Amino acid sequence: MKSSEILSRILVVGGLLIAISAPFVAKLVGAQGTIEMHGRMAESGGWAPDVIQAKTGVPLHLRLTSEDVTHGFAVGQSDIPAVDVLPGKMTDVTLTFDKPGTYTFYCTRWCGIYHWRMRGKIEVSGDEAASPQSIGSPLYVTLKLDIDALHPAAVTPVGIPDAQRGAQFSTLLPAGSLAPDYYRSHSPAQTYLALRAEPALAALSAVETWDLVAYIWQSNTTPGALAAGQKIFAQNCAACHGETGKGDGVFAAQTNALTGKSPAKFADPASMLGASPAVLQGKILRGGMGTGMPSWGPILTDQQTWDVISYLYTFQFKESNK
Amino acid sequence: MRFELTHYPIVKTLLKNRWLQLLVWLLMLAGFLFAILSGFSGTPVGNRNFGIVFVWIAWWAVLILVAVPFFGRGWCAVCPIPLPGEWLQRGAIMDPPAKKPRWFNLRWPIKLRNIWLQNLSFTLVALFSIVILTTPKVTSIVLAAMLFLAIGMGIVFERRTFCRYICPVGGFIGLYAQAAPLELRVKEKQVCLTCKEKPCYNGSSAGYGCPWDVFPGGITKNTYCGLCMECLRTCPYDNIAVNARPFSADLAKPSTRMDEAFKAFIMMGAAMIYAAIFLGPWGNLKLAAYSVGSLAWFGYSAAFLAIIFGLLPALFLGVVGAGKALTKAAMPLKKSFIAFATALVPLGLMFWVAFSLSFVLTNAAYIFSTISDPLGWGWNLFGTAALAWHPYLTGLLLPLQTLVLVAGLLWTGRTAQKVGTEVKISPIPVIIFSTLITIVMAGLLL
Repeated sequence: MKSSEILSRILVVGGLLIAISAPFVAKLVGAQGTIEMHGRMAESGGWAPDVIQAKTGVPLHLRLTSEDVTHGFAVGQSDIPAVDVLPGKMTDVTLTFDKPGTYTFYCTRWCGIYHWRMRGKIEVSGDEAASPQSIGSPLYVTLKLDIDALHPAAVTPVGIPDAQRGAQFSTLLPAGSLAPDYYRSHSPAQTYLALRAEPALAALSAVETWDLVAYIWQSNTTPGALAAGQKIFAQNCAACHGETGKGDGVFAAQTNALTGKSPAKFADPASMLGASPAVLQGKILRGGMGTGMPSWGPILTDQQTWDVISYLYTFQFKESNK
Repeated sequence: MRFELTHYPIVKTLLKNRWLQLLVWLLMLAGFLFAILSGFSGTPVGNRNFGIVFVWIAWWAVLILVAVPFFGRGWCAVCPIPLPGEWLQRGAIMDPPAKKPRWFNLRWPIKLRNIWLQNLSFTLVALFSIVILTTPKVTSIVLAAMLFLAIGMGIVFERRTFCRYICPVGGFIGLYAQAAPLELRVKEKQVCLTCKEKPCYNGSSAGYGCPWDVFPGGITKNTYCGLCMECLRTCPYDNIAVNARPFSADLAKPSTRMDEAFKAFIMMGAAMIYAAIFLGPWGNLKLAAYSVGSLAWFGYSAAFLAIIFGLLPALFLGVVGAGKALTKAAMPLKKSFIAFATALVPLGLMFWVAFSLSFVLTNAAYIFSTISDPLGWGWNLFGTAALAWHPYLTGLLLPLQTLVLVAGLLWTGRTAQKVGTEVKISPIPVIIFSTLITIVMAGLLL
């Protein structure tokens, strides 16, 4: 074998090994300490990886990319702003966790009918106490409510109850009617019937009593909470329940076909006025009910949940501080 | 009218030099392997993946807009696919071949010594093309399959049987190379006739026998010469020349082979169908072509095959028959059909140029973003990764395409005339056919 043959063989083999291995070497060297995460629609696998380990106080570097459509990335129960995850592009995110616990990250773009299944976990370990989910049992558990049961309103108003009109009768309300505990554990219809039974309110008409109920509901929220609730609703709920709460969101038809049940209609007084905030909280936290309703417990904070609940009632009541 | 380029010592030295060729091959092979790798390990997003962008946009642009029209089989001269198989087959990259063959060294079956298999392989790729062209992984599978097939065939058969008889690209490059202004020919036929050893075909210590199974002394057209330059190295009489020549020089002599005639229809029909799928406004057609395996796709495939193997040749047969009737020619219809199909070569080539211009200029911007981030791993090697997409020369595209189509029609008209004189049949019906089909193509493109 001539030396030219030997040299040419070395060139061919060496050159090709370099061509193939160079990108992987560069990747290993360049991306140390960074986790690359690929997003796909839930039916094609969701996030990969979908469980990530982290430590409190140690920055977690993520490089996000999508393999199909535009997705979003956010971490539940945190104030880290959501980012878009685009096909063929890398988005860098750095997260630092103060408290240990299991955090849920999720897609924030309506990427498809199973959008809400695009979730994963970040398991944060550390010496600090208090995990993000260490609040006690939710209200529907302590009240032993059956959140899967139907909750028809025993009575419904004629027209839209107006909180501002109801305000003028507020002095007539029995003590404790405005307390958060009362509001959360009673449906508007139950409250209406209770008020009708009050001798002090006997002179009020049905419309005026309903206005008073609206006033109670308005008193248990704030303009800021309603605005926050509206934003959460538009981002997370309207895809199925519809922008106007009529159960006609863009995915409603597909959900119907899949589960045989349509998304709840918050604009329908017959069911909405029969639901107490505690029941709604249970449905939001746990999800299910034989429908495609996701569980929002790991994603929404306690405050966010109450904000969105208070917003849901504005499909029934005219609340002036909206 | 010829101008011998190898007349210049510097040109001849460069062309004969194995190191230069090896260097180019190495670069190409590295790019080729990287393209395969990027399909498997890179982003599955087509327009961000090196494999898709560099094979189907950059390479295709160079091939169809420059290499084939101006250099004929120039691409085959640097194509990396045969390199590994040939190394195995010969047991050497540079050294002279062993006296005894290392492997089976079979002759290619006589029945298959034509380009029907290439017609078939191109048609197969064409039927799945919209998926191959948009899905990095599928592109990689196709590229890898070609490489492995070339290696396997190099072990079983002698010479470059993959290139000559199977490669889906090689088939049409050969057809259109006839129109190119570059050729490899012998200087004096007499020298070859009296040459006893014929090292250009049989190989010698100076180099390998023609890998394309061609005897250079007998070359009359570019179709099957791969421009590998082995004969330039082996000829003991310095009788091989690389010439510049007028465009379409080979087309003056009409083809006599049905496989070549059908290649012309397959290519022309495919260009038209692609224009309809990729550039047309028909969403359902696009979807049908994409949904491989679905009923709609079978319908699309049936239509595709019917057009390129049925409708176009049948219409053309009628047209040639009309010409025959007009001139009361003696030549059999089949022979006249084959001869006149030669006239479609320039038009088919120009259809492809016009079609490719639109998607190459539209998508060229992806070349810049992909070269900086070839695998979609978030790199930015040259600072161009984030370069936004925008189409180039949009104002020039339509005039350019029109010009190309008109030039193709004129070129085909002139070739038809020449064929007509040769076979003594009126070319008028063929020219009318070409005009009508150019109008259809213009309608699809413009």
